[in-house]
Amino acid sequence: MSEQKKSNAILDKKSSRRTFIKNSGLTVGGVVLGGALGSLLVNDKQNTPTNTNEHSGGTNSNPNVALMYFTPDQYRITEAAAERIFPADENGPGAKELLVAYYIDHQLAGAWGMGSKEYTSGPFFEGADTQGYQGRQNRQQIFQIGLKGIQDQSLKTYEKSFIELSEEEQDAILSEFADGNVELRGTSSAHFFGVLRTATIEGAYADPLYGGNANMEGWKMKNFPGHQMSFVNIIEKEFTVVEPMALNSQHKH
Amino acid sequence: MVTKLPKVDVVTIGVGWSAGIIAAELTKKGKKVVGLERGKERKTEDYYMAHDELRYAVRHEMMQDLSKETITFRNNDKMRSLPMRSYGSFLLGVGVGGSGAHWNGQNFRFLPYDFELRSKTIEKYGLDKIPADMTIQDWGITYDEIEPYYDQYEKMAGISGEDNPLGGKRSNPFPTPAMKKTEAMRLFDDTTKRMGYHPYVQPSANLSENYTNPDGISRAACQYCGFCERFGCEYGAKAEPGVTVLPVAQATGNFEVRPHSEVRRILYTNGKATGVLYTDLTTGEEFEQPADVVVLSGYVFTNVRLLLLSGIGRPYDPTTGTGVIGKNYAYQIRKGRATGFFDDHKFNNFAGAGGLGMIIDDFNGDNFDHSDLDFIHGGMIILGQTGQRPIANNQVPSGTKSWGKEFKDASLKYTNASLTVSGEGASMAYKQHFLDLDPVYKDAFGDPLVRITFDFEEQDRQLTKFMAEKCGEILKEMGANHVDVSGDLGPYNVAEYQSTHNTGGVIMGADPETSAVNNYSQMWDVENLFVVGASSFPQNAGYNPTGTVGALSYRAAEGILKYMEKGGSLI
Repeated sequence: MSEQKKSNAILDKKSSRRTFIKNSGLTVGGVVLGGALGSLLVNDKQNTPTNTNEHSGGTNSNPNVALMYFTPDQYRITEAAAERIFPADENGPGAKELLVAYYIDHQLAGAWGMGSKEYTSGPFFEGADTQGYQGRQNRQQIFQIGLKGIQDQSLKTYEKSFIELSEEEQDAILSEFADGNVELRGTSSAHFFGVLRTATIEGAYADPLYGGNANMEGWKMKNFPGHQMSFVNIIEKEFTVVEPMALNSQHKH
Repeated sequence: MVTKLPKVDVVTIGVGWSAGIIAAELTKKGKKVVGLERGKERKTEDYYMAHDELRYAVRHEMMQDLSKETITFRNNDKMRSLPMRSYGSFLLGVGVGGSGAHWNGQNFRFLPYDFELRSKTIEKYGLDKIPADMTIQDWGITYDEIEPYYDQYEKMAGISGEDNPLGGKRSNPFPTPAMKKTEAMRLFDDTTKRMGYHPYVQPSANLSENYTNPDGISRAACQYCGFCERFGCEYGAKAEPGVTVLPVAQATGNFEVRPHSEVRRILYTNGKATGVLYTDLTTGEEFEQPADVVVLSGYVFTNVRLLLLSGIGRPYDPTTGTGVIGKNYAYQIRKGRATGFFDDHKFNNFAGAGGLGMIIDDFNGDNFDHSDLDFIHGGMIILGQTGQRPIANNQVPSGTKSWGKEFKDASLKYTNASLTVSGEGASMAYKQHFLDLDPVYKDAFGDPLVRITFDFEEQDRQLTKFMAEKCGEILKEMGANHVDVSGDLGPYNVAEYQSTHNTGGVIMGADPETSAVNNYSQMWDVENLFVVGASSFPQNAGYNPTGTVGALSYRAAEGILKYMEKGGSLI
């Protein structure tokens, strides 16, 4: 069977496609089906109703939900890891529903990912802890190395893809990264985890114009009112809940 | 190929607070002033989308592009200096208005003690109180002498405030009343009064009511939107050069701002500055701008770097302690602090203004007895309400995991239910703390970066511990259920944001042997070169620097006019 026919055979049967994805993991899936699988994975996810969909009428209608930088497997690992860093709980949605992985994808595609405003000239030396980041890698490269590291560590420890692990297993892998116990080439696991953690917090709380903080749910949990013209009327008062507004409310086309 | 331009009366290097004040005063008297600014032009309308924490506060929209120029850092001269590759400990301003465009508006006068720090310390405690390597100096100007310039600056900016019971004497009341008091501020006010301290509302450049200044410039009152620090003010309420002094200078027709113009060298012949060499960053063309007077107004790092690159003044030698350019680099000691967590009390922490807060000065300067303490000076203690934006503010009690369910739950619970009281400690000068040119790392033109050699000393550790304890006591009295006291200073870490109050390197004094400029900010060695900014602070005080930079700029403007009339050294 040719590669093309093999793909079609899988795509013909939705249930077997799901089984295939589940059994094969992303690396194999990526090799076999490439971009076609990536888009199907995303669509598959969006067919499952979530709180985000209830509020927005479905993320399918949000053109911002697409990938600028990540490969599909990188996206799925990021989404799963960010959800463990900022999980859904009784307070409200987690990173997944807040679309944090899309935020990170979009940020990596631009100046932040490439370190455009940072000093990247050599020579490079290992610095003291007091001298800040001295690596050669920009954040795109750090994510390349770090996400592969997460997947490799998962396969090594549990013989499963990271996204197939239980929450406890995912936490165990991420703890190893946070503590710097996983050897990576080109960056440290602790540094990668620090960047991922920071980006996750940003994606939960930045203005929704950046693609995360879906429906301002991050702000609502935190009682942060976002963009407001004035707090003159409440500045002297006791704690007041103010309905959040995003910058979009101010921008008249 | 350098194009030589027609001579002007005065050229300023940078267009921030110092250059703006000087340009306004000089152009009013008919002098022709050109301001060379390496960054872009700005106006209030540009801040239409300013309530964007990610863009402005986290990604440093208004700051210097570090890919073009940064600093290098080492804790001591045994270490290899390495570049600050991304922002950390402090921020570098760029663009018309400079850091004045994105400051908080926390505005102070230094204490009388600050200006005569060395002599007053010796007078009260003896010479032994000052460690051998501590190189603190008097300013060569007293509080009483600088007071009229503070007054002039405060009227221009419309500073809002009320009397500091422990501060220097004022010749006039504040031009506008104090800012509003939030619930957290009232709690701090009541508590510290009960504890026998002397609280006052922080003096603020955010503007408590509509105000028209002596130049006829009108500004609207602050809206407490909570987006000051690192942001531009879309109301023009916050005093900044672009809504105060620059329009005054421009209205005279005697002032020209050239943005995207980076000064590379100060030109210098036979003991006098003849002008500057600059590059138009939009075309790469090089220009010579001749001038009768050159004003170097790049705050701290640019001032030191351009003097060293231009071969002007005597570079500081840390082994002998001789020379002055780069000497007495100092900072701010900000880690003596405490955070209180409240189980059943929420505050409007999301609202605020950059210069909104309550302060006590009971542990600042020499307002308390140091006889039995292992440090001198101190700092203000402040409960600030600058507006807690959600990416940067995720306070959790110590011991809480930094990610996952436990972190999320605690950070949400305490986001509007925690308050921080912090010390803003003074930073003393030491023989081994200095600025010079880095031997390895270069800017986009291939010129050496400035190098910082700095670390915290025993004085700073003792001060931090002391301030942290005081902050913790106040929060406990305020009723916090759990108080985390952070009194461990550790080594200075350039990657960790602390304060943008870097000072020194071109210090002011009464003696040309031990200082670089006189109290008009006129260089001892080059009479038509005025170096204005916090570079002239011999050491740093326990307050934010802008009010004092503003006062020194008015004093420098007066000096420049005198110099242009009579010539020679003004002292």
